[in-house]
Amino acid sequence: MGAAQRFKDAGFTALIALALAFPLLGFQTTDTGDGYITRFNWVAIATAAAFVVRLLLSLVPQRFRLHQYATRYTALPQGKIITLVAGALILFAILLPISPLGSRRTIDLATLALIYVILGWGLNIVVGLAGLLDLGYVAFYAVGAYSFALAAEWYGLSFWEMLPFAGLIASAAGFLLGLPVLRLRGDYLAIVTLGFGEIVRIVLNNWSPVTGGPNGIGDIPRPTVFGMPISPGAPEGVTTFNHFFGIAYDPLQRLIWLYYVCLAAALVINWFSLRIRRLPVGRAWEALREDEIACRALGLNPHTIKLTAFATGAMIGGFAGAMFAAKQGFISPESFNFQESATVLSIVVLGGMGSQLGVAIAAVILATLPEFGREFAQYRMLLFGAAMVAIMIWRPRGLFTVRAPSVRLDQP
Amino acid sequence: MGYFVQQLVNGLTLGAIYALIAIGYTMVYGIVGMINFAHGEIFMIGAFISLIFFVVLGALGITWIPLALFLVLVIAMALTAVYGWAVERIAYRRLRGSFRLAPLISAIGMSIFLQNYVLLVQGAHEKTLPPMITGGFELMRSSGFTVDISWLQLIIVGVTLVLMAVFTAVIQLTSLGRAQRASEQDMTMAALLGIDVDRTISLTFVIGAALAAVAGLMVTLQYGVIDFFIGFLAGIKAFTAAVLGGIGSLPGAVLGGLLIGLIEAFWSAYCPSEYKDVAVFAVLILVLMFRPTGLLGRPEVEKV
Repeated sequence: MGAAQRFKDAGFTALIALALAFPLLGFQTTDTGDGYITRFNWVAIATAAAFVVRLLLSLVPQRFRLHQYATRYTALPQGKIITLVAGALILFAILLPISPLGSRRTIDLATLALIYVILGWGLNIVVGLAGLLDLGYVAFYAVGAYSFALAAEWYGLSFWEMLPFAGLIASAAGFLLGLPVLRLRGDYLAIVTLGFGEIVRIVLNNWSPVTGGPNGIGDIPRPTVFGMPISPGAPEGVTTFNHFFGIAYDPLQRLIWLYYVCLAAALVINWFSLRIRRLPVGRAWEALREDEIACRALGLNPHTIKLTAFATGAMIGGFAGAMFAAKQGFISPESFNFQESATVLSIVVLGGMGSQLGVAIAAVILATLPEFGREFAQYRMLLFGAAMVAIMIWRPRGLFTVRAPSVRLDQP
Repeated sequence: MGYFVQQLVNGLTLGAIYALIAIGYTMVYGIVGMINFAHGEIFMIGAFISLIFFVVLGALGITWIPLALFLVLVIAMALTAVYGWAVERIAYRRLRGSFRLAPLISAIGMSIFLQNYVLLVQGAHEKTLPPMITGGFELMRSSGFTVDISWLQLIIVGVTLVLMAVFTAVIQLTSLGRAQRASEQDMTMAALLGIDVDRTISLTFVIGAALAAVAGLMVTLQYGVIDFFIGFLAGIKAFTAAVLGGIGSLPGAVLGGLLIGLIEAFWSAYCPSEYKDVAVFAVLILVLMFRPTGLLGRPEVEKV
C-alpha cells in the first residue's frame, strides 16, 4: 500500500468517526429537551484519534497483524501448565480466608466471584460445549434463587435441604423451555431465551403476592454447618456451631463458611463438567456443536442431546442461584436482569468457549473489576461489549485459549 | 365499540413503527442469515439523533414544523445509516465464514456497547421532547366514546406507507435490488457473476438503519420520551414481528409489525398491561413452535 493510499484510507476512517461522533458525542440535550451543550472538542479528539490509529494500523506489516496470528495460533499449551496453574489457583482459593488477605470485604467479593465462576461453568456447558447460545441464562439463576427463598419463607426449609431442589427446579424449567424451542435454529434459540429471561423477570416483578414484587424477599437463612447455625445465641434445643466447638462468635465465620461452601460446589461442578465431557453425552454435545448434520447422519438425536445440555446448564444455574440467595440474604428481580446474563455470557466468551480454566479466570476478573472504582464500573459494560466484538474478531477461541479437546487422536 | 376502534388506531400506529424496524432485521437475515442484535440499538440511536436535532434546530430558530421535520428526517436517516454501516464493517464483515456463533456473539457485544455508549454520552435519565405536532380530528363517536386520530398518527402511518412503497420499488426495480436478491440466494455465485457482495451487504445495513432511524423519529414524536434502553424491547418486538411475518420476507415484516402493534395495543387495553411484553414474547415462542417459517415465509432448506 502506498503512502497516498494509506492517508486516503485514514482520512476516510476519520470522516466516518466524525459522522459517528458528531451527533451523540457533540451534543447533549437537557433532560427536558429545552437546551443543549456542545462538546465539539471531544468530537475533534475522536476524529483525530481515528485518523492516527488507522494510519498506524496500516503501517503494521501484514505478518504481524493480530487476527491472522490469532486464528492460526490455536495450538494448545502443554497439559502440565494448565494443571499447574489450576492447582495454584485452587490452593490460593483454599488459603485465602486464613491468609492476611482474608478481610471481610475480600471474602465477600471472593464468594461472589466463585458464584460467577459456577455460573460461567454452567453456561459453558450450554454455549461452550453444546454450542447453544443462551441469552436468558439468568432466568435459571433466578429460578434457583427464588425457589430457595420461597421454600425457606413458606416451609422453613434450610439451605441444605433446598439446594438439590433449587437445581432440580431450575433444571425442570430448562427442560420445559428447551422442549419446544431447542428444535429451532441457533439464532432463534438466542432470541427466545432472551425473551424467556425477560418473561421471568417481568413475572417476578409483578406477581407481588408470591414473589414480593420489586421489594423482593428477605430474611433468607444462611447455610448451617452440618445442622448447626453459626450465631451468637440459639433458641432452645439447637446447638450452635460456636457452642459445639467452643469458639467465640464472629460474623466473619459465616462469610468464611459460605465461601468454602461455594468453593466446594465450584470444585464439584468443575469435576462434573470435566468428567461429563468424556461420557457419550458430553462427546455428543461437542460433536453437535461442530456439525449438527453429521451428528444426525450418525444416528444421534440432536434434540435430546441439546435438551440434556440445556437442562444440565440450567441446573448449575439453579445451584448458583441458591448460593447467591444464601449469600445476599435478600433477593429482588433487580439482580436478574439482562445485564447479568450478558455478564455471564461475556465471561464464557472471554474465557474461551469450552475452556474450564479460562472461564474461571475470566469470571474472577470480571467479578472483581467493579471494585476498582466507580468510574471504572461505569465503563464496565461498555468494555464488555467492545471486548466481545474484539474477541470474536481476533481470538474467537477466547482470551486465554487453554481449551484442551476432550477427545484427541494422538499422533502415531 | 368506540374503545375498540381507538385501540385499533393506536395499534396500527405502533405497528407501523415496529414494521419499520422489522424490515431491517428481515433484510439482514435474508442476505447474511444472521440476527442483527444491534439493530434495536440502531433504532435507539436514531431516536436520540432525532431528538438532539429537534432541539438544535429549535435553538437555531428553525421552528416551522414541516421544515424542521423534513430536516430532522434527512439528518437522522443519514447519520444513523453511518452507524449501521460502521456496525457491519467493524463487527460483522470480518466474521463471515467464521464459526456459527461468532457473528451472533459479536452482534450482542455490539448491542451492549452501543447501549452503554449512549448511556455514557447522553446520560441515564429519560429525555423528553415537548410535543411538536398536536391536534387531530374526531373519527367517530359511539356509545359515549370518541375515537380520535391525531395528525401525528396519520403522518406516522403515511410516512411508513410511502417508505415501504419506495423501498419495495428499490428492491424490485433497481440494479441494487437485483444484486441484493441475487446475494440473498447464493452469495458465492453472485460474487462470481460480478456482484460486489460486500458492497451489497453494506447497503442492506445502511437501508435498514435508515428505516430504523425513521422509526426512532416517529417514537420520539409520538411518545416524547426516550432513554438509552428503548432499543432493547423495541428490538425484540420488531424481531418477533419479522419472525411472525416470516423472516426474509418484506411484506411479512410489515404484516408482522402491524400484528404485533395490534396485539400489544389490545392486550394493554383489555388485559393487565404490565404483562404486555410477556404476551409479545409468548407470541414469538408460539410462532416459532408451530410455524417457524412465519405467515409469509418460505420454508428453509438446510444445505450441507
